[in-house]
Amino acid sequence: MYVSVKGGEAAIENSWRLLAQARRGDPAQPELGLDTIAQQLRLAVHRVMTEGSLYDTELAALAIKQASGDVFEAVFLLRAYRTTLPRFGYALPLDTGAMHIRRRISAAFKDLPGGQVLGPTPDYTQRLLDFALAAGGEPPAPLPPAPAVAAHMPRVLELLNLEGLIEAERPANLGADASSQPTEPTDLTREPLAFPATRAARLQSLARADEGWLLALGYSTQRGYANNHPFAGEIRMGDVVVEMVPEELGFAIDIGDISVTECQMINQFSGSREVPPQFTQGYGLAFGECERKAMSMALVDRALRARELGEPPVAPAQDEEFVLSHGDSLESSGFVQHLKLPHYVDFQSELELVRRLRQAHRAEGGAA
Amino acid sequence: MNTETVHTTGAPLAVAPAQSADSDYNFAFLDEQTKRHIRRALLKAVAVPGYQVPFGSREMPLPYGWGTGGIQVTAAVIGCSDVLKVIDQGADGTVNAVNIRRFFARMTGVQTTTATEKATLVQTRHRIPETPLREGQILVYQVPQPEPLFRLEPRRAQTVKLHALAEYGLMSVRLYEDIAHLGAIARTYDYPVRVNGRYVMSPSPIPKFDNPKMHLNPALQLFGAGREKRLYAVPPYTSVESLAFEDHPFEVQRWDHACALCGAGDSFLDEVIVDNAGRRLYVCSDSDHCQSRQQAGHTGSAVGEPGSQP
Amino acid sequence: MTDDRLLSVQGVGKHYGARWACRDVSFDLWPGEVLAIVGESGSGKSTLLNLLSLRTPMDEGAVHYALRADGNTPGGLHNLATLSEARQRLLARTDWGFVEQNPRDGLRMAVSAGANVAERLMVLGQEHYGRLRCQALDWMQRVELDGHRIDERPTQFSGGMQQRLQIARNLVTRPRLVFMDEPTSGLDVSVQARLLDLLRSLTENLGLACIVVTHDLAVARLLAQRMLVMKDGSVVEAGLTDRVLDDPQHPYTQLLVSSVLTP
Repeated sequence: MYVSVKGGEAAIENSWRLLAQARRGDPAQPELGLDTIAQQLRLAVHRVMTEGSLYDTELAALAIKQASGDVFEAVFLLRAYRTTLPRFGYALPLDTGAMHIRRRISAAFKDLPGGQVLGPTPDYTQRLLDFALAAGGEPPAPLPPAPAVAAHMPRVLELLNLEGLIEAERPANLGADASSQPTEPTDLTREPLAFPATRAARLQSLARADEGWLLALGYSTQRGYANNHPFAGEIRMGDVVVEMVPEELGFAIDIGDISVTECQMINQFSGSREVPPQFTQGYGLAFGECERKAMSMALVDRALRARELGEPPVAPAQDEEFVLSHGDSLESSGFVQHLKLPHYVDFQSELELVRRLRQAHRAEGGAA
Repeated sequence: MNTETVHTTGAPLAVAPAQSADSDYNFAFLDEQTKRHIRRALLKAVAVPGYQVPFGSREMPLPYGWGTGGIQVTAAVIGCSDVLKVIDQGADGTVNAVNIRRFFARMTGVQTTTATEKATLVQTRHRIPETPLREGQILVYQVPQPEPLFRLEPRRAQTVKLHALAEYGLMSVRLYEDIAHLGAIARTYDYPVRVNGRYVMSPSPIPKFDNPKMHLNPALQLFGAGREKRLYAVPPYTSVESLAFEDHPFEVQRWDHACALCGAGDSFLDEVIVDNAGRRLYVCSDSDHCQSRQQAGHTGSAVGEPGSQP
Repeated sequence: MTDDRLLSVQGVGKHYGARWACRDVSFDLWPGEVLAIVGESGSGKSTLLNLLSLRTPMDEGAVHYALRADGNTPGGLHNLATLSEARQRLLARTDWGFVEQNPRDGLRMAVSAGANVAERLMVLGQEHYGRLRCQALDWMQRVELDGHRIDERPTQFSGGMQQRLQIARNLVTRPRLVFMDEPTSGLDVSVQARLLDLLRSLTENLGLACIVVTHDLAVARLLAQRMLVMKDGSVVEAGLTDRVLDDPQHPYTQLLVSSVLTP
């Protein structure tokens, strides 16, 4: 005998319990500590902070633990938490030129003032599974003291700028019309994105976007879908000071350090009657050591500047609405997975229509 | 802790008494500034019926696509004295409705109910309650895709212009095509409507069966799309007309059956497969409506027949 | 004396960077008159057409059009730049037509022929399916298309038929002015001839004013009473078609005319 659907509450509570059990796994295994995650899974933590738009290694570690390692779910947890946080104000723009450098490379020049500082990168390893890691064991031997990193590391782009070879930086919060006055940058966590978008809004959107999405789009620009001939002008990673001006004080104070990765891509531009040929740039910025993200972001940023640089938008990576509307993993994951929700009422409507049309089809004697 | 009374046939309906709200969170979860932002957007929406107002949608503890728009609208308008009902597919007991109702119970401490007539605020996914609403009630719809033209024109930059200029030719073309190829308009849910004679609006994926209920409804109808970051409204007693041609007028679905539990012949029926041979039963989608009718003594064909077990 | 002009163009021009694509073009057009704009590729003729039809904003000059008088607007010439975007778009969809060189640019390829033809009527508020279909059928027949194909998509039509469909789609609101951008260029010679015949009879029977851009002098000869010759963005010669083609004054026109191969 059919009984109306019931027990929704009990089912939900049981699913929570099953989830908690699955999350913990075999109780004989030591439980993961947040410090362990933050230390030994630091790149996952950095990605979650970047896409979660929240710099807090401990919270990101907790999100990763709660999500059982699912990055999308962890990003969601962090963003939802962020919504509840009180807002004190806005930081001043980060001075990445004054970064306390831990890694800094340029593919555009063999050597440059300050040198090529490799830092902790897997770039020069061979990707062979290291079974010694499986066994655990001794921590690596401490390093000898490093030579001091040069105090002043000029940006590659500043060097190019001395010759006028690269476009002058313009405030990113100008509208699509280059002659308009700069305005307050929008805050995408407070206002919805509108099209056409300012570069400032685009960059914000890209900074929070899913890395996989940007990676694929950036890759497409290298394969001929809007070719920009990119060069990695400079990639730098390290700690920067965060400053803000509290209303009561009226001057800037240092509220802490965060580590970021910044990428400036150099691309070619063919010039026009009015403007001689010069390099153009794409910009990427991410928390922690998210280098692949910063690079992909810079490629996509450059592709999306097609409109303001007078290039005809022909490729998906140049389609602003397409790129930005589908980059947020909360939106994409939520909507794709919402298909799991009951849709039986609408399905019922479709069933009814299809049956009726089939009936009509039969009545007309089948295929006409 | 008081919990929601779970339905079985014949069990009395209850209004769950208010519990104390979770004091770790602001009333209704959202901060006051956000609520004000949403209410300002809602005022704009009510002033221009059917017009999509962009708003700064916040990340909520439920995923985008799972009702965050409806939740934010409810959170912005709910007050301590409200009585809240939440339904999904017309039923109070489906998991999504239960989840959202628990969220608000925890975040506001307001009374919740399954009875449409006792509610002051009803949040719904994909159905309008069968029980007619009255003045003073608010119906909040969860909307996945607020743009009625999106299948014809995915670009927001374009559709904004089309709405502003009331250029709805694309939509008419689509309806014409359906008739030319299928003999009838193929939309059975999320059927586009014209509001107050001006804006074409998506009523959310309610079955077209429910469209007539929107017209001149005494209640305030609010629509929230969290992921797409727009909201819109139909004020009380506003005209809402389903698009059609004069010679192919709008029609609602009809069943050859009545509800197997309460005998209703004029409600939206869910089809339920009851055995491996594919035997079917049809029951009211609106669980509260069905319950009330059964309590009033109405029965359907499947009730009280000992040999009816499939 | 009343001003009967339908269109008055004064000194219109457009530049891209330092280069003027089209400069200082002026002419008048009367109801029912067909004007050809002739030139090689790069002469600025397509730019001019886009300026006149408001598809591209002009950098200098003005275009005046005689709007139909209605409750809101008195009749007579109006400067189109003073119209709101909404009004301009409405004009483009009712009193004007634009026939694209490639019919795929002027049709909705994913919907049926009938929907293509009836769309303008639907946009204007016609809500009777049967009557819309009737009118679509009527216009398909006027452009010599088989009415039985009303539910087929344009992808199933030949190039010449797609072009006829595009014409029907534009004429259904009985526009007084139709812009045409190389209407026959993409077609087979024999198909071109039949289409030109159709265009000629339609313009005569319906009293359409047309501005036809073409590089083909034969098209100008057949369709247009007057023509403009363009070179490097400027009008080098203008006048009655027969006079310009039989007795060209400007060296460039002479060159054009003499290089035409007679069949």
